[in-house]
Amino acid sequence: MSKVHQFEVIVVGAGGAGLMAGLYASRTAKTAVISKLYPTRSHTGAAQGGISAALGNYEEDKPEWHMYDTVKGSDYLGDQDAIEFMCNEAIDAVLELEHMGLPFDRTPEGKISQRPFGGHTNNETGKPVRRAAHAADRTGHMILQTLYQQCIKNNVTFFDEYQVLDFIMVDGKATGVVALELATGELHTFHAKAVIFATGGYGRIFEVTSNAYVYTGDGCSILLRHGIPLEDMEFFQFHPTGIYKLGILITEGARGEGAVLINGKGERFMPKYAPAVKDLASRDVVSRAIYNEIKAGNGIDGKNYVYLDIRPETVNKFAALDGRTNPDGSPYLITGDTVLTKIPDIVDFCRVYLGVDPVTQMMPIQPTAHYAMGGIPTNKYGEVVIDDKGTTVPGLFAAGECACVSVHGANRLGTNSLLDIVVFGKHAGLKAAEYAKSADYQKMPDGADSSIRSELEALKNGSGKENAFDLSNEMKNVMFADVGIYRNEKDMTSALEKVRDLQKRFKEVKVSDTGKIFNTELLNAWELSNMLEIAEVVAASALNRKESRGGHAREDYQERDDENWLKHTLITKKNGKLEITYKPVVITKHQPKARVY
Amino acid sequence: MEVTIKIFRYNPEKDQRGHYETYTVEASENDRVLDVLELVKGHKDGTLSFRRSCAHGVCGSDAMRINGRNMLACKTLIRDVGANITVEPIMGLKVAKDLIVDMNPFFDNYKKMLPYLINDNPLPADGKERLQSPEQRARFDESTKCILCAACTTSCPSFWASDEYYGPAALVTAHRFIFDSRDEGAEQRLHVLSETNGTARCHTAYNCTEACPRDIQITKAIGELKMAMVTGKID
Repeated sequence: MSKVHQFEVIVVGAGGAGLMAGLYASRTAKTAVISKLYPTRSHTGAAQGGISAALGNYEEDKPEWHMYDTVKGSDYLGDQDAIEFMCNEAIDAVLELEHMGLPFDRTPEGKISQRPFGGHTNNETGKPVRRAAHAADRTGHMILQTLYQQCIKNNVTFFDEYQVLDFIMVDGKATGVVALELATGELHTFHAKAVIFATGGYGRIFEVTSNAYVYTGDGCSILLRHGIPLEDMEFFQFHPTGIYKLGILITEGARGEGAVLINGKGERFMPKYAPAVKDLASRDVVSRAIYNEIKAGNGIDGKNYVYLDIRPETVNKFAALDGRTNPDGSPYLITGDTVLTKIPDIVDFCRVYLGVDPVTQMMPIQPTAHYAMGGIPTNKYGEVVIDDKGTTVPGLFAAGECACVSVHGANRLGTNSLLDIVVFGKHAGLKAAEYAKSADYQKMPDGADSSIRSELEALKNGSGKENAFDLSNEMKNVMFADVGIYRNEKDMTSALEKVRDLQKRFKEVKVSDTGKIFNTELLNAWELSNMLEIAEVVAASALNRKESRGGHAREDYQERDDENWLKHTLITKKNGKLEITYKPVVITKHQPKARVY
Repeated sequence: MEVTIKIFRYNPEKDQRGHYETYTVEASENDRVLDVLELVKGHKDGTLSFRRSCAHGVCGSDAMRINGRNMLACKTLIRDVGANITVEPIMGLKVAKDLIVDMNPFFDNYKKMLPYLINDNPLPADGKERLQSPEQRARFDESTKCILCAACTTSCPSFWASDEYYGPAALVTAHRFIFDSRDEGAEQRLHVLSETNGTARCHTAYNCTEACPRDIQITKAIGELKMAMVTGKID
């Protein structure tokens, strides 16, 4: 029997969304936050460039422009009611972070400093606007730290290094979760009225990724097994600038500060693809441009990478050509010192991993799997919505990267993920606490942990014919190669078959560690089962969508097809079979039109 | 190239005491020590346990002793440490299994620093941000970089001698708030630091500064705290 705990609200995950949800829910409801990591290890801490809000601290800006840019960035697949809500909440959300103590960089007047980012524009001039509020190139780190600090101040209850393995639902209502205490190997049952999943993304299904090892799609996978649909899983963002081979992120903020992309011929190639905003086009556009350059033989030395160049002489040359100016109208000029102050962590990464100094040398980069636009379908209050009629699962909530509100649609704008976690984490927390006040605990069924117990036992009793580490690498390779930046019917069909074969072979894996204390081998094997599940769903959703839109680019269907495909995908698993249905996109102010940068 | 890695192993469910196991794997000089550990776990011995998450030096999970020095396994390349590597858990915290130590005492010390902005004054009437000049912001920039990996604290001889000592990481946290122009909790924190287990236990061995994977000038920060305590001035 596992140990039983009772909380009105359980938050699963302690990144930005989970901490925000925990902070707000705990104001009125008995709340606990459960995380597989110490909270400060969460992947929010790896976010670099900034969090967007139309503060207008340097120049005119407004939430309406932020909304339009986000809709356009989403390639018109984002739900406009949710996008409008987020962009309107953005200003107060960022100010609240400052009030909590977040050390934003400052303008000369002492206000929060902002920098340009891809796809964020002045809608009247079409020029990039300074909208990303930042703390050097570690904005996510500061958000994570600040929110964790506020949780300490407010005595929020944490269960650190507890892996949630299962969700308990009774009569269609959230009833709790089962978690493994990593330090002891004991199972714990958490009885709750409301459960908020804030478990992050699943970029580890791809070979080259900026994502942490722990980004294995746990929350999405757990709910999929309980018949909850996942939305728009075919849309995965490949960030243009990952460190070559390693995939470590180089913030778009680097281009915000003036860096440009250079191909093997020494040319700045983005003006060909995005004449207006050039290197600051939306991420999907830039990633495809890099891929096209490489395919045309314009990679560096014919290889599959290009350069990102932030050397002051380069930045100053192109800033002059582009007519970029400072807010006071003077010409935009940077020095080596600017690079060291504005992107210190990037400089550090390049020196450590590449032996390259960005002040004097160009950085070799390639697109890297970065962000899941799709996930657990929710409305703007974080309530999980399971169909096209707005039906919710009482007591079940999701927020952050694991959720799909959908504010990012087919392609997320840089800085909108940090905004997403803060805004929707808060509202999920508020709504869950409100729900918990009016709801009763469901009766906890006997043996609520029995199904996960047998799942773990099975992992220890496999034949051992297969090796989990190798299966994992096979999955990552096929997903990156065949369900990556460019996709087609043939490759995706074989990728889907391959993933299904890997799922079968996974049954032959044997966890050799029979111990209870920190059995990370068992944990990693369980995580792999989640990734295999998610990889299948991503490949099947992508194969099904016969158009190109945002992050989903098909060689065999190159155009966006609004007539047939302006709709969200919902994918469910019933009796081991995937089923796809659809729901309409919410369009309020902006009718779809051609997307040009 | 062939890399030989000697790893401290301890499984409390089986072993009376720790011992070392040596493994040989194929790796490249640009691989991280973390990549080598993953290869050992994946192909040689699945029971090997260590923490890791971001794999690029920002989450603070994988601080360990590599060839005798505290480092992050994900930020240390084979070309920097050579093909014969010894990896051990950080010192001064109880080993839970293999390279995993009990981090709870470390985080408890962090929490003793009142690690949150203290300012009970009303917010600006316009609802906007509290103003802070770029110079005021720069004053505590170094200490905002801390990722709580514990490389500093577990390299400190004073911490080895007494785990009651709050340790350098906690002091860096205190510094981050005390020197923030928006914060008004300096007096409370300096009071905590003046206790037996506060700054008095720092004997400027400098190990912390050398160990910090974020290049924070920790000894300098602690010196500034000591100065603030002596002079009663924050500047």
